[in-house]
Amino acid sequence: MSPAIAIAYLVAAVSFILGLKMLSSARTARRGNLYAAFGMLLAIVVTLLDQRILDFRYIVAGLVVGGFAGVLLAVRVQMTGMPQLVGLLNGFGGAASTLVAYAEYLRLSGDASITSFSAADVDQVVVSTIVLSVLIGTVTFFGSLVAAAKLHGVMRSAPILYPMQKQINAVLLAAALVLGVMLVAAPSLWYIPLAVIGLAAVLGVTSVIPVGGADMPVVISLMNSYSGLAGAMTGFVLSNNVLIISGTLVGTSGLILTDIMCKAMNRSLANVLFAGVGADYSPEEAAAEQKTVIRYTPEDIAYTLENAESVIIIPGYGLAVAQAQHVLQELASALMRRGVNVRYAIHPVAGRMPGHMNVLLAEANVPYDLLVEMDRINDDFQNTDVALVIGANDVVNPAARYKKNSPLYGMPILNADRARTAIVCKRSLNPGFAGEDNELFYLKKTMMVFGDAKATLTSLVAMMRKSVDS
Amino acid sequence: MSDALIISIYVFVLATFVGVEVISKVPPLLHTPLMSGSNAISGITLVGSLIAAGEGHGGVSVVLGTIAVVLATINVVGGFLVTDRMLRMFRAGGGRKSGGAS
Repeated sequence: MSPAIAIAYLVAAVSFILGLKMLSSARTARRGNLYAAFGMLLAIVVTLLDQRILDFRYIVAGLVVGGFAGVLLAVRVQMTGMPQLVGLLNGFGGAASTLVAYAEYLRLSGDASITSFSAADVDQVVVSTIVLSVLIGTVTFFGSLVAAAKLHGVMRSAPILYPMQKQINAVLLAAALVLGVMLVAAPSLWYIPLAVIGLAAVLGVTSVIPVGGADMPVVISLMNSYSGLAGAMTGFVLSNNVLIISGTLVGTSGLILTDIMCKAMNRSLANVLFAGVGADYSPEEAAAEQKTVIRYTPEDIAYTLENAESVIIIPGYGLAVAQAQHVLQELASALMRRGVNVRYAIHPVAGRMPGHMNVLLAEANVPYDLLVEMDRINDDFQNTDVALVIGANDVVNPAARYKKNSPLYGMPILNADRARTAIVCKRSLNPGFAGEDNELFYLKKTMMVFGDAKATLTSLVAMMRKSVDS
Repeated sequence: MSDALIISIYVFVLATFVGVEVISKVPPLLHTPLMSGSNAISGITLVGSLIAAGEGHGGVSVVLGTIAVVLATINVVGGFLVTDRMLRMFRAGGGRKSGGAS
């Protein structure tokens, strides 16, 4: 590598780091993304100057096809479909890493054909990094495809479980690693990399199918991390430091997000990946005691909201399913015009990927300074007149605080029950993903209003308009 | 072990620390753009794909390299664009702005 190219790669790596650093504030985030994109462009351009590149036809074709498809995906995706898209893109990154690492193996082996091996002496370290890169990249690709399929609804989102699942996955991984060691000992065994790819493909599928739809945010984060790691390993294969730096940044990012998601659900990563939560959905002790909810009309709700001084809105994914974000923001604006202090409380697992709810609300023109993360707003509920819960359930279930046998126990929740009044807008009394009945609904201070979120909110907005006019 | 490998390991370990420092300062508000943006950055594998696709001797690795160029380009272009699309929607101005669909 010429020094000029090496320095350009360093500039690219610095742009990535600066770009990620600027994501620490919503004000600078967009510019940060542009910095990172600039770094990528620079890295691509200087790579094209590399002397090893002799033929540009395939490169141009690949860039045009990929660029076109990328633009299409990015422009057409709906904000609710963001988790699938990120999952799919993770997968593509993983697949690219696998292909590059395997192509490098073929190049080292003489590259006459897949089955021949004419190289006299291949560095064992390089071979071992090739194995790791191929393994991680392939698991990322197939795992991400399954995750995206589950999120997109083309595959049943319920966990798929069978006996000895964990053990089978462990055997698959061990077999792939043993094959890898064999290849390092004898790099000319051309079929081994293909066998590793095959095993990794199976492992990618079997390690994601036992995870339920509600736990997909964790899987998407984990796959994000894997795609970075695969890139870093490819960097080791090619001795290319910009790949190592960027891949590692992404790897740590994915791991940190995975950790945040697990903490927000009070589950260990192992529990998310293996426990198959959502499979045995058993409403235990249901109807054991007769509990009553107090049902209110939208008129009651409008009156309560108008007379509140402070309102905290707790949106859940049900809000996005009902496509009610825009009308919710209309309601919030109407209240703010009357001098009501309105904020949104965002639980870390609201939505289908880390931070998803913020994007869904930003799309509905909710200013981001109204979006407050859980830890910063939870102490304010006790001084708040109304907590307005829309399309959320498990994240406001007080059982998480004390009910030790509940699947929710220990999960951090939003303190909706500590507000002076809680308004819950819900389709029915069905329990949430965890299958745990929500006692918030039965509290005396809770006003339940049943129906479609969008219809209810629309009628609330209409009522507020009327009372302004009169 | 070659010097290049030792240097790569240094880079890897130090980059991990940089990653933890930088990423842990990203607020939950921006975690989705963080994922899609970092996702685009992991498309840096494109650099390796370009060399594999352009070596010009018509071997299998060129075919694989070309497929890798397509996939990595989708990753890069799609990732950065969609991140920009999201970040464009994040606007400040609590209280004064009126909402509504546009």
